Amino acid sequence: MYKDLKSYLLPQYLIERDDYRCIRCEVCARQCAFEVHWYDEEEDAVFADESKCVGCLRCATLCPTNALVVRPNPTQPPPNANWTMEVLQNIYKQAETGGVLLTGMGCDKDYPIYWDRIVLDASQVTNPSIDPLREPMELRTYLGAKPDALKVSRKGGRPDLQTKLTPQLKLETPIMFSAISYGAISYNACESLARAAAEVGTYYNTGEGGLHRNLYKYGANTICQVASGRFGVHADYLEVAAALEIKIGQGAKPGIGGHLPGEKVSAEISRTRMIPKGTDALSPAPHHDIYSIEDLAQLIYALKEATHWEKPVSVKIAAVHNSAAIASGMVRAGADIIALDGIRGGTGAAPTMIRDNVGIPIELALAAVDDRLRQEGIRNRASIVVAGGIRSSADVIKAIALGADAVYIGTAALVALGCHVCQKCYTGKCNWGIATQDPYLSKRLNPDVGARRLVNLLTAWSHEIMEMLGGMGINAIESLRGNRLRLRGVGLTQEELDILGIKHAGS
Amino acid sequence: MRIEVDHHAGLPGVFMRVGDKVKINARQLHYRELNNMIKNAALEGTEEIVVDNVYGQRYIGSGIRRPVRIILHGIPGNDLGAFMDGPHIVVDRNAQDGVGNTMNNGTIVVHGRAGDIVAMGMRGGKIFIRDSVGYRAAIHMKEYRKFRPVLVIGGETQDFLGEYMAGGLVIVLGLGGRGKRRFTARHIGTGMHGGLIFMRGEVEEHQLGKEAAVAPADEEDKEIIRPFVEEYAAYFDKDAERILEGDFLKLYAKSHRPFGGLYAY
Repeated sequence: MYKDLKSYLLPQYLIERDDYRCIRCEVCARQCAFEVHWYDEEEDAVFADESKCVGCLRCATLCPTNALVVRPNPTQPPPNANWTMEVLQNIYKQAETGGVLLTGMGCDKDYPIYWDRIVLDASQVTNPSIDPLREPMELRTYLGAKPDALKVSRKGGRPDLQTKLTPQLKLETPIMFSAISYGAISYNACESLARAAAEVGTYYNTGEGGLHRNLYKYGANTICQVASGRFGVHADYLEVAAALEIKIGQGAKPGIGGHLPGEKVSAEISRTRMIPKGTDALSPAPHHDIYSIEDLAQLIYALKEATHWEKPVSVKIAAVHNSAAIASGMVRAGADIIALDGIRGGTGAAPTMIRDNVGIPIELALAAVDDRLRQEGIRNRASIVVAGGIRSSADVIKAIALGADAVYIGTAALVALGCHVCQKCYTGKCNWGIATQDPYLSKRLNPDVGARRLVNLLTAWSHEIMEMLGGMGINAIESLRGNRLRLRGVGLTQEELDILGIKHAGS
Repeated sequence: MRIEVDHHAGLPGVFMRVGDKVKINARQLHYRELNNMIKNAALEGTEEIVVDNVYGQRYIGSGIRRPVRIILHGIPGNDLGAFMDGPHIVVDRNAQDGVGNTMNNGTIVVHGRAGDIVAMGMRGGKIFIRDSVGYRAAIHMKEYRKFRPVLVIGGETQDFLGEYMAGGLVIVLGLGGRGKRRFTARHIGTGMHGGLIFMRGEVEEHQLGKEAAVAPADEEDKEIIRPFVEEYAAYFDKDAERILEGDFLKLYAKSHRPFGGLYAY
């Protein structure tokens, strides 16, 4: 690499500092791990190196006098629909480094967001609506295989269930926290997620980073992931989990593995992943014991056998073109839960071209998978959990009406913790203390506060879901599941409506 | 050493307790039934479990955390000792794919050959295969502190030995041929970023993955492998000194960070 290569990159953001408001408190300088701001004593002024700014808004948010405005750089290349600033910057960056473009978070491209083209029904006159503040409303959800039929007998005048149910996860609200590894995010962020899940009565997912020993006490609310790298997978880890999840793919990077760079493998990460400090943690693209549906079945049953058939096993795949057929195979291979992650799903690090161009929107994958499993008469044999761009309670309830049993939220949970979606997770310099292993940065996220913010988010969303259910005259989330008649499309083509299995608004 | 197998054992699933030993006839048993019997016997503190007529049952030894001895007469199915954490398993014949998958602790001794992905993701314990193994042996094997997995293979391996290897010790003895063994596997150590592979015989540069380096093993290296070669020799009635006299090659990772420079930050 040529060290003296002149960079042609323009700053992505411009920082405007109102000198009249600025009190020289240097909060901005102390808060920015990218070292954008600095105070010059001689000039008694604060300056900024805008080329380093990632737009995370930590400085603007913490500035006590609102002296800072951070905005996208308005400087643009000559007008051109093909050769936009983003395209040019990418090429300059690659010409200067010879490297694969890396990014974080979910796909930010302008693919249709079908949630925003789907509207919900409500009761008017007939079938009165229900007020959840005064009447019982059930959000409890059980994830796991359901039997084909239930056999009930009477015992002393009371009904007695004869059918033996397979293990189930019990959720007080149909929202779980997605797989995010310790390594991708800080210990404090992991603890926030674990504690919030325990308090709300739902689950969080370890990702493939293993489980920190301090978090074993939240095991009853933990889904432990088994991915291709098998990091931190050992007997205690399998035993403490409420459920196990085999990660095949991730919406942000379908078909490729993961690299946790060696500089992020600190002493604690090394202990949790059970790998030496400072070495790259490489997750191969496939599991090398899974080359077929039969092989997948083998790992599913290996995990069931290793945990004495006491836990449901989930299999997570990225939403791709033939997800429906794959999902059918997964159910037949013995998966109790199918997790689908759409193209907008987040990541701590992924090649930009893959994140933005591989996979399909989760709405279409969900509709296709749910349809396929129903047609084959095996929908009861697995629960469906969807992930990848769930932003609000409205997205949750639409997902459930489309056929999901529950959702995973990742980005939304991190936003609740302070994330501003600057997409620089892979640098490890997260100023919000989330996607970092730097103790100076990660202590900015207090797990007491983090857990509170997450509990608040789930409480608020759950209440909104109850309101929307009540509005439809429904008093249990179970009654909405797969009830696509309560959905209508707005501005969608017939093809899209057919795939989603919904009618157009007005019909 | 020869282990007698009774192909005409009595009733399927018969479970006999003799002192602190248990004998199980696996004939026609589903793996769940068989593994339940083995697990229960192990939980009860049994020292040795002898299973006759093993015929393709999977996951034997999985989910057991005691150092119980499990003697298998017959051919166990895939994922023998998957996620295993302590048992000592002896197989008197061949084993299939996935021996020691993600294994944490214990020992597996196979008096025959084994299939693909032996020791995949293995983190601790020891595996001894008397003869040869299939593809991708020791893929993503890793080590951590006191955990250092060891895989000893008596014969040779197929392609992609030690792919993505991140730690541990693999010893391939190349026994069974005439004269010096010329290994035929290709892509050995592809993506390797830790651990050591010792091969007794010849490997050409083009057979290696680009992340693996090779050097002749010196006397110091031989001391690293000596205890495991001796253990192999003891299990299979071979002469450790004669094996150790041969020329070994040492394969190691060129870098702990093979893909460090891949990305534009």
